[in-house]
Amino acid sequence: MERRGLEYVVLNQGNAQLTELYRSQIGDWPKFFKMDTLSKAGFVATELLLKKLGERRCGSEEFIQSRAIVLFGSTASLCADRNYQETIQNKDDYYPSPALFVYTLPNIVTGEIAIRNHWRGESSFYVLVAPDAAQMAFHLACAFQDSVTESILAGWVDSRNNDDFQVFMTLIRKEDAADTDWLAGQLQLIINDLNK
Amino acid sequence: MARVIRCIAENVVSPLGTTARSNYDNVRAGKSGLARYESMGNITTPFVLSRVDRQVIDSLCAELGILGNYTFFEKFLLCSSAQAVRDAGIDASSDRVLFIVSTTKGNVSLLGQPEEGIADERVLLAKAAAQVTRYYGNPNKPIVVCNACISGVCAQIEAMRALRSGRYDYAVVIGADEQSPFIISGFLSFKAISDEPCRPFDKERKGLNLGECAATVVLEASDKKKRGWELVCGAIRNDANHISGPSRTGEGSYLCLMEVLKECNRQELAFVNVHGTATAYNDEMESIALFRAGLIDVPVTGLKCYYGHTMGAAGIMESILSMYAACDNTVLATRGYREQGTTYPVNVSSGNRECKGSEFIKLLSGFGGSNAALLYRFEE
Repeated sequence: MERRGLEYVVLNQGNAQLTELYRSQIGDWPKFFKMDTLSKAGFVATELLLKKLGERRCGSEEFIQSRAIVLFGSTASLCADRNYQETIQNKDDYYPSPALFVYTLPNIVTGEIAIRNHWRGESSFYVLVAPDAAQMAFHLACAFQDSVTESILAGWVDSRNNDDFQVFMTLIRKEDAADTDWLAGQLQLIINDLNK
Repeated sequence: MARVIRCIAENVVSPLGTTARSNYDNVRAGKSGLARYESMGNITTPFVLSRVDRQVIDSLCAELGILGNYTFFEKFLLCSSAQAVRDAGIDASSDRVLFIVSTTKGNVSLLGQPEEGIADERVLLAKAAAQVTRYYGNPNKPIVVCNACISGVCAQIEAMRALRSGRYDYAVVIGADEQSPFIISGFLSFKAISDEPCRPFDKERKGLNLGECAATVVLEASDKKKRGWELVCGAIRNDANHISGPSRTGEGSYLCLMEVLKECNRQELAFVNVHGTATAYNDEMESIALFRAGLIDVPVTGLKCYYGHTMGAAGIMESILSMYAACDNTVLATRGYREQGTTYPVNVSSGNRECKGSEFIKLLSGFGGSNAALLYRFEE
């Protein structure tokens, strides 16, 4: 039997698109406006994906522990790093801000998504040289070695500057990862779309 | 049967020594790398830091034949891993060897201070990690675990999984961070830094100290048990509560502890090596998680009072020192602790104590609501 392809969401159209999507499709999470670009993009892509999948928020204690978040990127928090660096670069203009500093860690986006959805499973961020379907498929398959993980919100979350980012989000179930070659093929299709 | 994952070599480079053994001996003798600084760069608030002497790293690199044009962070990764790789006696250029780097900020200091002959792109963590794989002639694509303060434990868990998958036979897991004004100013802005040596779990604790360390474990996968430290299992869980504040119920740490306790032989549990940053909220959270997991009576030890918070290295260095301590039947002193300062009375002591048992748990938590734990067991 032919297996259905992975559902996914791609975002790569800049910050205005994110705000527009937030206002038209989400609207009930004001924390969005405090987030850096990386978190905003990861958050919106996740919301749209869950809508597409028709998944209800919350669920049983067992479910929220079985949902992992595993994200990849190449620039990590570089964009937030540059924003923060500006606040400490000059002696006469020195005003380090905790609100900016907190986003200088790329795994903050995993935390933002976990908080929104009450997911208490694994959350991880890996930095790669570039989006590589085989490398990502391998590490995602490895993540299912955890004894409670049944599904993974997986994605590529990358932001070069405040208005230039590439994000995809997809949901991988344990059975999808059993065939690593199939998973890598699916991720490659998504990566091709990401680069369009 | 799942492949057995065993630590076959380890190294720690810090102000307390350039080998794991010298670090352990110095900690056991009560020495600390912490010192007070009145300023650094544009920072004018005093802070306490454990900082590595750059000259020591340069001469260590020269001794090891690490001669390329590397940043301090890259030299730090290389001088620790080169010793561990040499001691492990493995061929690091084999495609059966996976390199995993654990760091939070890598070469971030390049943003404020570019270096001659160092390409700007080295600020990208995977580009810095690629310097390491290139040095060893390793053909695998580099991977960096960047999970805030829990990265060092996550990197070991990822290595364990990659080895169990059968694709690799060895994993070289290297953790390091450089303490530049970037990180120090950030933690100061959070009001999380103490201007005195930190006092984990103490009533009067005032916050954390930062520190520099590079640490490496070489893990081997085999089909049968052998004598040595076995990495039994690990878990990573999110609090789903707050991006910078620890959970008030210790949720993620509690879930991690419960997961590793599934494989733990309680009579053999020598101690739990905790995060113990000496911030008000972290230590309180850990006391709650330990209590909820039924571990409140188990000896607990924290190493931040010797090293400060070493970020990407913490999970690896603290695991290595725990191996040495458990082999030495010792629960290392948590310096700076005097009086119970958490809701639940954590079994912590300001002096070295005797213990027995062949297992220990390493616990960490960090920004992003992240928590991680792993269980090591000594196989006779």
